[in-house]
Amino acid sequence: MPTNHANEDVSPIADADAGFQLHIRLADVEATRVLAINLARISRQGDVLALEGDLGAGKTEFARAFIRARAGSAIEVPSPTFTLVQEYEFGDENALDSLRHVDLYRLVDAEEALELGLEEAFETAICLIEWPDRLGLALPAKNLTIRLRFCDIPEARIVDIEGSSLWWRRLTEAGVINA
Amino acid sequence: MTRQLVLGIETSCDETAAAVVSEDREILANVVFSQIDEHQPFGGVVPEIAARAHLSLLDGLIERAMREAEVDWSDLSAVAATGGPGLIGGVIVGVMTAKAVAIATGLPFVAVNHLEGHALTARLTDDVGFPYLLLLVSGGHCQLLEVEGVGRYRRLGTTIDDAVGEAFDKTAKLLGLGYPGGPAVERAALEGDPARFKLPRPMVGRPGCDFSFSGLKTAVRQTVSRIDQPSSVDVADLAASFQHAVAGSLRDRCRRGMQLFADAHGAGRPFVVAGGVAANAVLRADLSALSGEMGMAFVAPPPALCTDNGAMIAWAGLERFRLGLTDALDFAPTPRWPLDPNAQIAIGAGVKA
Repeated sequence: MPTNHANEDVSPIADADAGFQLHIRLADVEATRVLAINLARISRQGDVLALEGDLGAGKTEFARAFIRARAGSAIEVPSPTFTLVQEYEFGDENALDSLRHVDLYRLVDAEEALELGLEEAFETAICLIEWPDRLGLALPAKNLTIRLRFCDIPEARIVDIEGSSLWWRRLTEAGVINA
Repeated sequence: MTRQLVLGIETSCDETAAAVVSEDREILANVVFSQIDEHQPFGGVVPEIAARAHLSLLDGLIERAMREAEVDWSDLSAVAATGGPGLIGGVIVGVMTAKAVAIATGLPFVAVNHLEGHALTARLTDDVGFPYLLLLVSGGHCQLLEVEGVGRYRRLGTTIDDAVGEAFDKTAKLLGLGYPGGPAVERAALEGDPARFKLPRPMVGRPGCDFSFSGLKTAVRQTVSRIDQPSSVDVADLAASFQHAVAGSLRDRCRRGMQLFADAHGAGRPFVVAGGVAANAVLRADLSALSGEMGMAFVAPPPALCTDNGAMIAWAGLERFRLGLTDALDFAPTPRWPLDPNAQIAIGAGVKA
């Protein structure tokens, strides 16, 4: 699988116990989409992706590309800010692909977030969580954090990717990132 | 002769509300519980998202609405509740309460689409006849619809990303203004120069009637970040420039919708603006002027009936009840419930409901 990230600047800190953290420079929104598509291809039920970043950093754009890659077509992916959760189901009953696109921007505390039925979804679906800080300790430790940051050029972003060593192995074996 | 009265319950979003309206378009009671004062410290956070907040408030609100309307259960013809789209927890609370009332009193139950509540409000306030063109603009929705009759809608366009109310809320947050974002941006913009910052006017000149506001939000962010310690003048100018860009985008999209609508239904029909964003005086004036230019009669319900409320649900329930469109008590709350189920997918885009 091609990584295809322009100006890739991988600086991993990989450790068997502590997990890893790396930074990639994304030249434009298209590079954000490519990263999302590559992650969508290796994701499976029970994966939790925490999407961090300021307003306008591109979290929803990332989620949209991810969801469309899972769907296999350019389906409609609205911003979940107002509805908090958008549910998607792809495939058939033999291989049901269940996905939750969650935006906790409007919430105050973890208790409210859990009232949305997220605990079950963390085990049974792929969860894309925007504003995951609202979950506090309720954010599963198994999550892969994708943090989009603004940088010197308006179109460009730095993405921090953080996760367990398990995630590191999955990402490197699939070629999403270069070890 | 007694007139028909309907109790309406709204719990699908942030507001808990109950109202009683009559078939001759009188609002006998319209109670909306809003904690906006208490929201402000959190800068855009809405505690009522929790279903239990609706649950703890709703019985008292219904009691109060019935008391203000000076009616008894036996005076009612039906009980209506929002059945979707919206947050499932809240919708369940409203629907279960309405069903309980229906069982206890023997009244028919009507499940109302929240969007239809907004769509038909102009018939309650201004007695507008079908068909009409509707711009529905709120925190969660941005759609242009042909309203042909009760339950009969054709979507001409929708947002491909953020709703316009969401863009206002997030712009307010970026500018350090208060909550709710719509009124805060509008207030700040009063003193501002709309021509100072050149912001993109999304979708202008594109074919079709779809909307997009995500890019505008990002442009506001980038503009703010270029200013070192924005002064109140900078904030006012940026708020005004943002509002100006939104207006330009809405005008362009609506003009196209008006042309399509006139092709299908002839000239001179009403153009109705509904939803919370319709409370914005600048956008209202702008769209009113466009209506005049395009030969359409402009109708916008008063601001209190543009934001979420129970009267619109009671009225939509009454319209449905009159047509025999009641619902069985096994009706299941519907988190996704498009007004036009046959709508074309917006290219590269998302629909809200």
